[in-house]
Amino acid sequence: MRGRRGRAAALPGSGGGRGGSGKFGSSSSSSATEMAVPRILRAAAPRLYSGLPAPAALTAAAARPRDPEDKLLAEPLRHPDFFKVKNLFTLKDLFDARVHLGHKKGCRHQFMKPYIFGCRLDQDIIDLDQTMQHLQLALNFTAHVAYRKGIILFVSRNRQFCHLVESTARECGEYAHTRYWQGGLLTNAHIQFGPGIRLPDLLIFLSSLNNVFEPHVAIRDAAKMNIPTVGVVDTNCNPCLITYPIPGNDDSPTAMELYCKLFKMTIIHAKNKRKQIEVFQELQSRQKGDTSRPVVAEGQA
Amino acid sequence: MAVVAAGRVLRLGGRWSAAASGGPSAQTLRLIYTTTAAWRKNVAASGPEKYTEAFIKKQIEEFDLGKRHLANMMGEDPETFTQEDIDRAIAYLFPSGLFDKRARPMMKWGEDGRPFHFLFYTGKQSYYSLMHETYEKLLNVQKHQDQLVAQGFSLQKEKKNLVGSRWLTKTELEGMLLEKLSDDDYSRFIRLLEKLMTLPCSDIEENYIKKFSKEIAVQLQKVSTEPLKYDEQGVAFSTGEGVRKTSRATAVVYDNGTGKITVNGIDILRYFPVLQDREQLLFPFQFLDRVGKHDAICTVSGGGRSSQAGAIRLATAKALRSFVTETEVEFMRQAGLLTVDPRVRERKKPGQEGARRKFTWKKR
Repeated sequence: MRGRRGRAAALPGSGGGRGGSGKFGSSSSSSATEMAVPRILRAAAPRLYSGLPAPAALTAAAARPRDPEDKLLAEPLRHPDFFKVKNLFTLKDLFDARVHLGHKKGCRHQFMKPYIFGCRLDQDIIDLDQTMQHLQLALNFTAHVAYRKGIILFVSRNRQFCHLVESTARECGEYAHTRYWQGGLLTNAHIQFGPGIRLPDLLIFLSSLNNVFEPHVAIRDAAKMNIPTVGVVDTNCNPCLITYPIPGNDDSPTAMELYCKLFKMTIIHAKNKRKQIEVFQELQSRQKGDTSRPVVAEGQA
Repeated sequence: MAVVAAGRVLRLGGRWSAAASGGPSAQTLRLIYTTTAAWRKNVAASGPEKYTEAFIKKQIEEFDLGKRHLANMMGEDPETFTQEDIDRAIAYLFPSGLFDKRARPMMKWGEDGRPFHFLFYTGKQSYYSLMHETYEKLLNVQKHQDQLVAQGFSLQKEKKNLVGSRWLTKTELEGMLLEKLSDDDYSRFIRLLEKLMTLPCSDIEENYIKKFSKEIAVQLQKVSTEPLKYDEQGVAFSTGEGVRKTSRATAVVYDNGTGKITVNGIDILRYFPVLQDREQLLFPFQFLDRVGKHDAICTVSGGGRSSQAGAIRLATAKALRSFVTETEVEFMRQAGLLTVDPRVRERKKPGQEGARRKFTWKKR
C-alpha cells in the first residue's frame, strides 16, 4: 500500500496531505510515536516527490524500469529512522542545554499547554519527553529533505543568534534569512526575484517570533505556498501552522547552539549519505556494464 | 505661395473636378486648392512593400558596390571578398561589447535552481553578507580582547586620529556592492564600522576597515608667505595683488626706501588729491611702524578713487608679509589688512528705484 501511495506522486494530493495530517497529535504516549512516524512520513512523501525539479530524464525514464530511481529515493522512506537521527542527542543533552526552560506563566500561549510539563515559581517547564519525539521527527524530516536535495531556509529574527544561524546555514550549504522579511518574498517571488526561481522546500524556524513578539510572517506565507516548516516553539509562541513544531527554549545561547549543531549534523549527514548511495549505484551500474540491460541514465542534478 | 499652389493645381491633370465635357481651356476652371502635404507620397498608405524583380536587382547591385567599397577600406582585394571577410571587417570597424564575456547576464542560481549565495533569499545578498562579515570581525576582535584580559594584559584605549580619513559614501558603497542601498542600511553599516573602530584591539582588523575608508588630503591651514626677491642693485623687494569692487592693483614694495609711493607712474599726492585715499595707502606701513622705510611702485586699473585706494592698500599689505615675522602677519590678518573686501555694488531690482530704495508709497 505504501508503494502504491508512492507511485501516486503526481496527484495534487499534497495540499490535502499538508493540511490534514501535518500536525503531530498532542498525545504524548510513546506507543503512538511508532505508528505516527510512518503515517506522517507517508503524508510528507507525495509533497517531496512533487517538489523535486523534474529533469528531462525522469519523464523519459517513466517508460523504462525505475529500479535505480526507486532505490535512491524510495529506499530511505521504507525505514522509520533511515538517518539514525535518534543517536544524535539524548535527553540529558537537552536538559544540559536548558531546552526545558520556558517563559513566565503570564507569557504562556494557550496552544502550548499540551507541551508544558509544569510550572515552577511562575516559570513554565517544557516536557522534554515530548520535545525528544518532536525533535526526532523534525530532524528525520530535514534529513529526508536534504537527502532529496531540497532547498532549506533557516529563519530566525532573534538578533542575538543572527550570526550563529547564518554561519550554520553557510557551513551546511543551505540558506538563511535572519533579516527583515520583505512582504512578498515567498508569495510574490516571481516578481521580486525573477521568473524561474525555485522556492525553498523547507523552512526551519529557530525562533518563530519576530522582534515585536508576533508570529513570524514566514510561517503563514509558507503555509500559503505549501512549504513544510520545522520550528522551535517556546511557551509564548503559536505552534499552529508549523508542520513539525519542536517545543523548546529559543532564548538561551546553549539551546540555540544545540539546535544549530543538530540541524547542521543531520543535513551534512544526509547529503553525504546521498553522495555515498549515488557513487555506490554508479559503481554497480558500471560493473554490470555492457551486459544485457542498457545502463539507465540516473536523473541526477 | 498661393499663386504657385494654384498654378501647380492647374498643371496637374488629375486634380480637376471630373467634368466630362471638353478640355480645361473650354470651361471655367474650378480650382481645387491643395497643400504640399497632399503631393507627398503617403508611404504607409501605399500598402506592404512589393519586392519586384527590379527592386531586388537594385538591392543586389547596391550590396555589391558596398562590398567593393568595404574591401577597398580594409585594403583587401574586392574580387575575392567573401561573407566571412565582410563579417570580420564589420567586427573590426564597429567593435561591439555585446559578445564580451563581461556582458553575459549574471546568473543568480544554477541549473538545478539552487541559488549560489547563501543569503540569496534575503533579497539584498551583498549588503547582508557584508554586514555578516563585519560582525564576524567584531566578534573576532572581542574574542581577542577576552583572551588578552584572561592573560592579564590591560587594554589600551588609544584615541586614533580620524582627521585624515572618511568613510565611503553611499554611492561609492553601492558601486562596491553592485546593489541598491537605502539610507537606513548605509547608516547601519557605518555605525557598525565605527563600533568596530572604537574597540581597543581593532588593530587586528585594520586591513578590513581600510577597505571602507578613504583618505582626504588635509588642507593646509597656513598660507606660506613668499620669500623676498632681490633686484639688480641687491635691494629686496616683494610683490602683492589687491582687489576692491572693480579695481585691480599690483604693488611692488622695495626695501631701503624713503616712503615714496608711485601709482601708475604718478606720485600719490597728484594721483590721490583726497586725504582719505592717501591715509588708506599709508595704513599698512603705519601699522607695522615702517612708514619711511619702504618704496612702493603700484599699478591700478578700474573702479573709482576710493576702490583704487583700497585695492592698493590690500596689495601693499600682501607685499609687506614677506618683510615681516609670522606673528606680525597674524596681527595684520586680525586687523583686516589681508582680507579681500567682499562688498560689491548691489544690482537695481525691477519695481524699485534702487537696490533697496522703493518708490514713494502713495496711500491713494
